Amino acid sequence: MATLYVDGQAFSVDPTQNLLHECLSLGLDLPYFCWHPALGSVGACRQCAVKLFRDEGDHQGVIVMACMTPADDGTRISLVDEQARDFRARVIEWMMAHHPHDCPVCDEGGECHLQDMTVMTGHVHRRYRFPKRTFDNQHLGPFVNHEMNRCIQCYRCVRFYNDYAGGTDFGVFGSRDHVYFGRAADGVLENEFSGNLVEVCPTGVFTDKTLKAHYTRKWDLQSAPSVCPHCGLGCHTTVAEHDGVLRRVQNRFSADINGYFLCDRGRYGYAFVNAPERLRRTSLRNAAGRLNLAPADALLQELCTRLGGNMPLIGIASPRASLEANFALRTLVKPENFFLGWSAVEDACARTMLAVARGIAPLASLAEVESSDAILVLGEDITQTAPRMALAARQAVRHAAFAKAKALGIPVWQDLAVRQAAAGLKSPLFIASVDATRLDDAATECWRGAPDDMARLGFAIGRRLSREEAGGETFPSAMEGFSQRVARALAGAARPLVVTGSSLGCPALLDAAAHLVGALRTLGLPAKLALGMPERNTMGLALMGGESLHTLEQATQKLPACALIVLENDLSRRIGEAAADRVFAQAGLTVLIDHKRHAGVERADYVLPAATFAEESGTTVNHEGRAQRFFQVFSPPDDIQASWRWLRDIGRGLGREPCDRWTALDDVLHTLEETLPVFHGLAQAAPEATYRRHGLKLARKPHRASGRTAVHAHLDIHEHQPPTDCDSPLTFSMEGHQGSPPGPAIPVFWAPGWNSVQALSHFQREVGGTLCGEGPGLLLIAPAQQVPEFFQEIPPAFVPRDDALYFVPAWHIFGSEEQSAGSPAVRERIPAPYVALRPEDAARAGLAAGDTAALEVGAVRLRLPWIAHPELPQGVGSLPVGLPAMPWLMLPAWGAVAKASR
Amino acid sequence: MERPLTRNIRPDEPPLALEAYRRVGGYEAVRKALAQSPEAITQAVKEAGLRGCGGAGFPTGVKWSAVPMGADAPHPKYLVVNADEMEPGSFKDRLLLEGDPHQMVEAVIVSGFAIQADHAYIFLRGEYTLARQRLGAAIREAYAAGLLGPGILGSGYGLELHVHSSAGRYMCGEASALLNALEGGRAIPRAKAVRTAVSGLWGKPTVVNNVETLCNVPHIVNNGAAWYKSLGLGDAVGTKIYGASGKVKRPGAWELPLGTTLRAIIEEHAGGMRDGVAFRACLPGGASTAFVGEAGLDVAMDWHGVQSVGSRLGTGTVIVLDDQTCPVGMLLSLQRFFAQESCGWCTPCWSGLHWVASLLHRFEAGQATEDDFDLLRTQADHLTKGYTFCGLAPGAMESLASGLDLFRDDFMRHVSLRRCPWRA
Repeated sequence: MATLYVDGQAFSVDPTQNLLHECLSLGLDLPYFCWHPALGSVGACRQCAVKLFRDEGDHQGVIVMACMTPADDGTRISLVDEQARDFRARVIEWMMAHHPHDCPVCDEGGECHLQDMTVMTGHVHRRYRFPKRTFDNQHLGPFVNHEMNRCIQCYRCVRFYNDYAGGTDFGVFGSRDHVYFGRAADGVLENEFSGNLVEVCPTGVFTDKTLKAHYTRKWDLQSAPSVCPHCGLGCHTTVAEHDGVLRRVQNRFSADINGYFLCDRGRYGYAFVNAPERLRRTSLRNAAGRLNLAPADALLQELCTRLGGNMPLIGIASPRASLEANFALRTLVKPENFFLGWSAVEDACARTMLAVARGIAPLASLAEVESSDAILVLGEDITQTAPRMALAARQAVRHAAFAKAKALGIPVWQDLAVRQAAAGLKSPLFIASVDATRLDDAATECWRGAPDDMARLGFAIGRRLSREEAGGETFPSAMEGFSQRVARALAGAARPLVVTGSSLGCPALLDAAAHLVGALRTLGLPAKLALGMPERNTMGLALMGGESLHTLEQATQKLPACALIVLENDLSRRIGEAAADRVFAQAGLTVLIDHKRHAGVERADYVLPAATFAEESGTTVNHEGRAQRFFQVFSPPDDIQASWRWLRDIGRGLGREPCDRWTALDDVLHTLEETLPVFHGLAQAAPEATYRRHGLKLARKPHRASGRTAVHAHLDIHEHQPPTDCDSPLTFSMEGHQGSPPGPAIPVFWAPGWNSVQALSHFQREVGGTLCGEGPGLLLIAPAQQVPEFFQEIPPAFVPRDDALYFVPAWHIFGSEEQSAGSPAVRERIPAPYVALRPEDAARAGLAAGDTAALEVGAVRLRLPWIAHPELPQGVGSLPVGLPAMPWLMLPAWGAVAKASR
Repeated sequence: MERPLTRNIRPDEPPLALEAYRRVGGYEAVRKALAQSPEAITQAVKEAGLRGCGGAGFPTGVKWSAVPMGADAPHPKYLVVNADEMEPGSFKDRLLLEGDPHQMVEAVIVSGFAIQADHAYIFLRGEYTLARQRLGAAIREAYAAGLLGPGILGSGYGLELHVHSSAGRYMCGEASALLNALEGGRAIPRAKAVRTAVSGLWGKPTVVNNVETLCNVPHIVNNGAAWYKSLGLGDAVGTKIYGASGKVKRPGAWELPLGTTLRAIIEEHAGGMRDGVAFRACLPGGASTAFVGEAGLDVAMDWHGVQSVGSRLGTGTVIVLDDQTCPVGMLLSLQRFFAQESCGWCTPCWSGLHWVASLLHRFEAGQATEDDFDLLRTQADHLTKGYTFCGLAPGAMESLASGLDLFRDDFMRHVSLRRCPWRA
């Protein structure tokens, strides 16, 4: 630590950081724009000027930019110096010369960093009396709104979008006072992280277009800390509601997971909660076979009467439901009748991932992915299945640049200087995939192969690392060459990482990745494994354990006497509509608890509307085995309630213990902890409902929430008591603690004088560091201390066939995930169904450009437009998975392709 | 009087081709240099006291000494010639490039050898098309004669020389912005977090020098440091290409001993003021230097002399203001240029310079008030070194700040008359 003197007062600071970073970490107010904790310093805006003194005797001093000056030991600065203050006000004056003076009607107003900084510097009087410059705005697609006249030319947007996120369709145009930040022409921003522009931009140039469609001021939003429900990474989000409508999702900083950035699926996938077509009311199938609305009490009574005392219950769980909901189901139906709600392939992958994590490979957090200095991505296209991990991997390649900068004496926070000195130097990132991925541009080298060949590649690398004979196995020379380069890079790294996942439905790939990590650990390297998982609670369900739907399908003969309870699961997406129909048709009666309207609704006898992630509190387990609590944002209307409460209500009706005694979330959690030791400590993953700060619960609404009694005054002049929340330490009110609670329970980042998202630094121990209070969540999986014998089963090489192609699933960030696909903005980005073929394979099938392909995959016949993917391996095609307009297919699978007749 | 830099330049005649250039001793310095160690060349340049002629005056030998040398040095190393001469009033490098391109090529080879550069780039102002043609021809001849490429003149040293025509921004004259432009990026200045000599172009050791600076090097190698030092007047060393523009009788550029007085340049070499106009003030070193009035005319035009009257030698090309030209109009013209040429990177520059130009326009249009004069002063005070990212805006403020002092009455007459007094 070093000593920094600020206006005569001594502070202990980190000398490897810059003065701005340290001043903000000390809680001192110093305005800034172009600097960003994750993007570093560039010195463009000149806002953070301070006076620097040579020594104690120097009273003259010189003006320096705090962001560009190291916090060396003994540095003496002044923030209140008249010259420094005057200059900071001038910088604001220069910016405001061209900035619109429309804060009261600007949609950034009230949470605008420029507004805050203007107030902070004290610049109020306008002296610029010339016309302001103006720009044309661009249509940038469904996510981001563009309002260029507000721009202050801080360059943060382009530094994030291009330099940090690897975007190529955005840039800086023009010069002088007419710099334009946008695309070459109107069009959808292609990068998967475009939504971060909304938070990166210090003013309102880039704003959330979905918020704009149902705009609410920040101070009128009711917010809660949440966990993204759209993939297995479990990124932290702040979710906000007003008047029964979910308004927006923002990044919620977490040092271990998503840091400052979120993917566009996470940010814009929320609107399915507001979808008019979702399930909101309890309904019941009448004798005529029609679904009619029925009051919840009456329905439950009827249901329990029908179930009687002894009708066996069978439960189908779901990886998109919370642990509490799944556990409530398990408790209600008994473990032997509890099915995991996923296919045999999904089950095999999930079991392998869990076994691998327990046996060999410590799982990496996203922060650990980012800190890895050599990465092999084996098979998983993380840009589509776990996008935030791809962004972390993109940063990981910068370690070589940091090392070079360090050797040259350049501090790592000198962002452009580091990039210029590095001149494209990268740490090793090897990508093995079926097809081209959007991370390839960051890679050292790419390799394409069929899933089994990628598994073989993984074993080949592992064998090389452990210097074992390949047990008679021989690998082609191209694979040998590549595996040699990968092995050398991984073995030479300080923190090697292997990334894989379940998206290809190939457990052998997971075995291979585990084998590789095991080989690295045997060499004494702290190697880790990062797993892409498709759903928010895949790992949680795997930990809970049970049989797959396949087992249930084998035992349908016992179904007619049973009642089937389907929990938040669209079975047609798991086993196909035909198989799902067979299950439904066999069951004595079917209860569906869900929020999404899908084919299962039409087959259910009782429909109970479930809460979405925003309408209930609960726990999920992410890809690294971290149990995390998401908190309810608002009280849902209509009959909607948390799934576990529906199950509890059924349990009560049937007099089943112990679920009949549950009243609050913590009751479920405590039973869960007692019943399944693997979840021990789960209740402490976040503050429990009994948590109080200074004797108060935590307010979801800010002090300034307005119109509390006015919004509905045309309907009702009474002020109703806010709903009580027995599941969490938060209140549905502005009443309660407004300060800084422990990290996992911060409803919104807001501090005096800091109204924008930049208020975050007031909640961190140091800028960019962990949040005050305990860390996020609870890690449930620890690998064995000893590296055991690891998987050795090498699959045979892929052999292309003349009569068929091997179709693998192609995942799409927009469309493949079920819930976000129900959001209108995301829907605009979902690709049309297609089949991707290698041009040679298409030619062999007689397909020319523009032709429609006729496919036969399993029992499914399809007509699809084909697109050329020249990077696909010979004999392998790909089909998009999960798109709303695509029928369910059991993939990977062999299929025939031909030119469709007209 | 010796004129090493311009000895081969004959007005209105094509430059010397390789053979003719060799006949007058050309490429002798290459032969001499290759027989010595690279460090010896740097030492000679250091001893000669050669300083950067692009305006900053940094000792050239010292700059070169920072380049990592020896077997462990990173390669490729780069030598970049800053031939992006866009400073208003400056045309000295053009004279050298068009007049004696082989001298430039020879200078690049000798200087490149001194730092053991593998590649050299001449970053040429886009409009200098004649210079491009002539440099191109000279470089082709030099390659054909084995003076460029691998193993120059049978030695172990090789150098590739490329000419890069700029897309045309004043900003590219700033060495670090030049490097960004050369890499294909936006011409914005770089943070000085590391010396260019250690990590410059594409992260490799790089030296950026002005055309005139480098052209001195072969002569130092041929004739020695002592000879070079003897060329200057007083304490000054070497020669300098001075220029003069404005309403003088004979605008032009002349190679003269460093330390020649401002008066001698204007009155003797430029022939004094045109008939009917009188000297008012001048910018001694191009548009980024402060005005010098009548009282400063007898200072020596060297690194120290001009500073003693509050200005800088800069590029050594004098812009003369006469009494029949509106000084506010001249400032407007200059500041419009700087506002236009701001790269848009730092706030004071992109916003402040635009404001300055707008205010000056208001004076010229007769719409200004006294408050506007104070506002100009505020801008001049806040667009200075340390406040801005690079030297562009502070350079622009040198003429403005000194102009506000010198021409206050002229500004006030614009206010009281509500028009420009020089216009009917």
